[in-house]
Amino acid sequence: MSDEKLNLEEVARVARLARLDLSEEKTELFAGQLNNILTYMDKLNEIDTSEVEPMFSPVEHTTRLRKDEVKKEHTRDEVLSNAPDTDGKYFVVPRIV
Amino acid sequence: MSSLIKKSLTEIHAMLMAKEVTATEAVKACLEQITKSEPETKALLTICNDAALKQAEEMDAQGPDESKPLWGVPVVIKDALATNGIPTTAGSKILEGFTPFYDSTAVAKLKEAGAIIVGKANMDEFAMGSTTENSAYQTTTNPWDSSRVPGGSSGGSGATIAAGQCYAALGTDTGGSIRLPASFCGCVGVKPTYGRVSRYGMIAYGSSLDQIGPMTRTVEDAARVLNVIGGHDQRDSTSADQPMDDFVAALEERKDLSGLTIGLPEEYWGEGLSEEVNEACRAAIAKAEELGAKTVPVKLSMTEYAIATYYIIAMAEASSNLSRFDGVRYGHRTEDPKELAELYTKSRTEAFGDEVQRRIIIGTYVLSAGYYDAYYRKAAQIRRLLRENFNKAFESCDLIASPACPTTAFPVGELTSDPLQMYLQDIFTISLNLVGMPGMSLPVAFGKETKMPVGLQFMAPAFDEKTMLQAAHILEKNLPELPKVKL
Repeated sequence: MSDEKLNLEEVARVARLARLDLSEEKTELFAGQLNNILTYMDKLNEIDTSEVEPMFSPVEHTTRLRKDEVKKEHTRDEVLSNAPDTDGKYFVVPRIV
Repeated sequence: MSSLIKKSLTEIHAMLMAKEVTATEAVKACLEQITKSEPETKALLTICNDAALKQAEEMDAQGPDESKPLWGVPVVIKDALATNGIPTTAGSKILEGFTPFYDSTAVAKLKEAGAIIVGKANMDEFAMGSTTENSAYQTTTNPWDSSRVPGGSSGGSGATIAAGQCYAALGTDTGGSIRLPASFCGCVGVKPTYGRVSRYGMIAYGSSLDQIGPMTRTVEDAARVLNVIGGHDQRDSTSADQPMDDFVAALEERKDLSGLTIGLPEEYWGEGLSEEVNEACRAAIAKAEELGAKTVPVKLSMTEYAIATYYIIAMAEASSNLSRFDGVRYGHRTEDPKELAELYTKSRTEAFGDEVQRRIIIGTYVLSAGYYDAYYRKAAQIRRLLRENFNKAFESCDLIASPACPTTAFPVGELTSDPLQMYLQDIFTISLNLVGMPGMSLPVAFGKETKMPVGLQFMAPAFDEKTMLQAAHILEKNLPELPKVKL
C-alpha cells in the first residue's frame, strides 16, 4: 500500500471520476480527512496475505436458478413516475449532440 | 389508551386475536404517542396517519385472522426499504419525493402477515453513520435522554421502539446499524445471517454486508418478526435457500443455558471499553453462567484489522451502488443543466451529503487502477482471514458474547467532526458483517454513570439464529426487568 498522501489535485481528480464537483474548501477538508482514513487503512500491510484467496462475499450457497421468463411487472407510467423530466414515453435529458 | 403502547408485540397480538383491542385502537394508540413524542424524538420521516387508520378499519371490519402472525400490529420501516406508495428517501436529499411503486420483499412479507405501517424511520443518509446525525432531514434524539444520539444508522428505528411509537421496526445493518442503535436505545436488535432475509427493495449501501433485521422490545417479538421476513426470495440472488427454523417455537425448547458454551473474545473485553458497559455486560455474563452456561476465552486476533477492512469494502461497494443516482430516472436533478455530464455531476454534488461524498471518493479511489490490489483486494483477503478466525472460535463455543458498543449513547455532536473516530465506534459489530454471521444486541442494564441503556451482543455461526435467540430469551427472562418504553 502506498504511503503517499492524497494531495488536493488527486482528491479533485477522484471526485471528478465519481461525478462530484467539490469546492476548494471541501477539497481541502476532504484531503485531510481522507489522508487520515487511508493512513489508518495502511495497517492492513502488517498482514502477509500473499497466499490468501480474496473473499468478496459471505455467500457460499449456489444460486437457485429460475426460468428465464419475460414478465411485465410494471407499467411505463409507473417506471416514469419518479423521473425529473419525461415526455410521457421516455426520460428526457439535455441534448448530447 | 396509552397503556397499550407499553405492551410487547407478542402481548398486543394476543390481545388483537382475543378481540380485547381492535386494530384501529392499536393504531390510534401509536399515532397518539407519535404525536406526543415526535417533536422531541424526530424518529420518523413519514407518518402514515390516514393510510394506517384506513387499513386498520378495513381489517377490523373483517375481524382477526389467525393465519396472520402480525395481524393488526403497527410497525415502522426504516426509510432504506422501498414501500409501495409511501415516500422512501434513505435519509438523502437525492431521493426527496421518491415514491416507489413496489414493496421490498421484507415489507411485502410484513404486510402479508397483517402488519400495519405507521411510519418510515429516519436514518443516516444511505445508512452511512453511527448516530443518525447524517440524515439530510433531521437529527433523531435518544428517547432516554434527548441530548444524546440514538445510534445509527437505524437510529430512527431504535428510537421509535424506545419511544413507544410502534411494536416492531425494521432496520438494516451494514456494520452494526441495527445492533448499535438497539444498544443505545435499550431495545432488542437482530442482524440475521447474510442471505437470511431478502435484500430486494433495499436501497443498497454495501451489498455484500447489508442485512435487514427486526428491532423490538423483547426477544420473542424479534423472533416473531424474523419468522415473517426470513426465507428464500428468488428476486435476490444472494438470498439463501436454507430451511427456516420456527424461531418462536424454538424459544420454548430451552429452559436454561446448560450445555451452552459462550466464547468471550479478549479483544472485545479489554482496552477502550467504558467501565459502566464493562460492568453491566460482565454482570449479564455472570447471570448466564448461573443459568448453566459455560464460558471460555476465545481469540479473534484479526479484530484490530476489521475496521480498516470493513471501510475499504463498504466504501468500494457504496461508490459503485451510488453511481445509479444520476438525476435521470429518479431523484434530484439540478436546474438547467447544459449537457449530460453536468446533469450527473451537479445533481450528485447538490444532493449527496458530506459523509456520502467522502465515502464515494474513498471508494472510487480504492477501486481505481493502481490501488485496487493495494486496498480492495487486500481487504478482501483479510476478510477471509477474519472469517477463519470466527470459524476457529466457534469450534470451541456455541455463541460469542461481547458488549455491542464500547460506550453508552454519547452526546449529539460529539463525533461529527472526526469521521475516523466515528468509524471506530463500530469496532464490536462490523466483523460480523464481513463474515456474514448473525448477531444481536440485548438490553441488559442501564449504565451506572450515564443512566443510559447497555446492550450485550451475542454472535452465532451462520444460520444459527435459533441458538442465539434462545440464549438471549432465557437471559432476558432472568435479568432484572428493564423499562422498555420511555413515556
